[in-house]
Amino acid sequence: MTLAIRVRGLVKTYPARPPVEAVRGLDLEVGVGECFGLLGPNGAGKTTTLEIIEGLLDATAGEVEVLGLKWGANDIEIRSKIGISLQETRLSDKLTVRETVTLFRSFYATGLTPDEAIARVSLEEKSNSYVDKLSGGQRQRLAVATALVGDPELLFLDEPTTGLDPQSRRQLWDVIRAIKERGRTVVVTTHYMDEAERLCDRVAVIDHGKVIALGTPCELIARVGGEHVIDLDIDPASGVRPFAADLAAIPTVNSVREEGDRVTLTASEPHRALPALLDLVRAAGVKIAGLTTRTATLEDVFVILTGRHLRDAE
Amino acid sequence: MSPLWHLTLARFREFYREPAALFWVYGFPLILAFSLGLAFSEKAVPASNVDVMIDPLNSDATESLRAKLANDPGVKVAVHDEATCRKRLRTAKTDVIVVPRAESEGGHEYLFDATRSESVLARNAADRALLRAAHPPTVPPVETPQTEPGGRYIDFLIPGLLGMNLLGGGLFGVGFAVGDMRVRKLLKRFQATPMRRTDFMLSLMLSRLVFTLIDIALLLGFAYLVFGVRVRGNPVVFAVLVVTGGACFAGIGLLLGSRARTMETIAGLVNAVMLPMYVLSGVFFSASRFPDGMQWFVQALPLTALNDGLRAVMNDGANWEALGRPLLVLSLWGTICFALALRFFRWR
Repeated sequence: MTLAIRVRGLVKTYPARPPVEAVRGLDLEVGVGECFGLLGPNGAGKTTTLEIIEGLLDATAGEVEVLGLKWGANDIEIRSKIGISLQETRLSDKLTVRETVTLFRSFYATGLTPDEAIARVSLEEKSNSYVDKLSGGQRQRLAVATALVGDPELLFLDEPTTGLDPQSRRQLWDVIRAIKERGRTVVVTTHYMDEAERLCDRVAVIDHGKVIALGTPCELIARVGGEHVIDLDIDPASGVRPFAADLAAIPTVNSVREEGDRVTLTASEPHRALPALLDLVRAAGVKIAGLTTRTATLEDVFVILTGRHLRDAE
Repeated sequence: MSPLWHLTLARFREFYREPAALFWVYGFPLILAFSLGLAFSEKAVPASNVDVMIDPLNSDATESLRAKLANDPGVKVAVHDEATCRKRLRTAKTDVIVVPRAESEGGHEYLFDATRSESVLARNAADRALLRAAHPPTVPPVETPQTEPGGRYIDFLIPGLLGMNLLGGGLFGVGFAVGDMRVRKLLKRFQATPMRRTDFMLSLMLSRLVFTLIDIALLLGFAYLVFGVRVRGNPVVFAVLVVTGGACFAGIGLLLGSRARTMETIAGLVNAVMLPMYVLSGVFFSASRFPDGMQWFVQALPLTALNDGLRAVMNDGANWEALGRPLLVLSLWGTICFALALRFFRWR
């Protein structure tokens, strides 16, 4: 696999009292043509990592190679080969969509025409609208268009769909898939697990400035113990509760997690685990309020790895 | 598709598509010049207001004083009782009070405010009128009023307003623009592209220069049409002063906006730099009024240098000889600030 990004032992410490260790020894490799997801809660170090790779921040320690080039030596060359959509850029309100994209196009020696870039994000109808007349989703797509207009080999999208409604998110996913189909490398950060599962070939889960899991979404789900999840809701009025040890002993169950009145099990073979679980519950006299089985998601992966949920883990 | 051209064009578009900005930048200075021009418009110094205080015991003395004063065209006389007179003097409704003192040797007394020039003038005018009434000259001296071009207050004011506009335009125009782009993370976004830093800086300076030239042309045209203010000296020297001044203040603006992360910080910095210069650098009144001990500081300020230069060219008809000092002061300030700004500039 030819590497688009290679990161070794990346460390970023912000001077403060005490110093803030945003990234603590992070390794990462992204292959050419991959859509790679960086997942993690707010403050996990995703954006810091991304901005170091993008050349916007200096690393405290570690090696970063982008498209085989290094920051500090080939800055202009790297910048002309990558496209970036930042988390919270506010483009100029009183420029039109086309003027904005044209301005960004002028920074690159080669690239798409502004109209092509606008077409790739399906904003043709808004070409002549001022930026302040666009919806949140349209602004995000415009931000992606400014990233695309230099026809980059490597595209960084930092939380492209945060705060968007479901329809806008889906539109943006289509845009990203189309970029991927053209063989470009895409790095996306997100804290939406469903987004990562749908878009990414591989994901790295980042927490406390380190990669805590890496692989395809399926691999990660499989690694934490089966693709199936059983949620058992215990009636709050129930006096008795199943013992965790008993639950863990159920055939094919890989992990047990209790959260309030909900017990979540992962199981590789639910048809064997479920009858045993029901027997156990009945024998112990536990009253249950509900029982559901579902396919495991990256959210479950994150919770199992860290004991926290993605969205509320600040 | 030159990036410099597109960056400059973007600055223009953002500017002229914001009507409120247009008003504050272009309309406001005109209104200021117009209202100040009206307030200080050229009239001959009006006749002095002289009050004669009623002497209840000696109405003849009162009437005699009134009649003598009324004979002089330089005096506008009124008669009031003591309380009214004193109140009118206190509130500057009148400039001097003449109190009949028939019993004294002088025959009357002047009450006036020695710190107010109108009051001193009125005392002199009243004194002259009464003296001439007592000793009429056989042939009074001939009086011929003269008006020197470029000597009016509005002639003094317009170069000061031009300087003030250049200062405000540079500081707000560049400092705020840069700060706003940093707050919006647009600078960071630009930093992530292969855009050349110099193109970006130059686009700020270029757009500022054009806005400034429009601004100066408007103000100067307005001052010419309404008040007849002209550039009496070398127009090339005038243009060089305007461009150098504009560039110098743009450099200071860039420095003020080079690191600040909030608009409040920039507003504070801009005001901290601008307001002292408004007061010290001779915009509304001559900077030479400040004490000698302060002059080294006042004269080192870029706006003082610019205002002095503009006044020399506009009012004294100066030529190249007026350019040296202002050019030196402005270039020094501009170059140092610009270099520091480039050194400290923060993109994020």
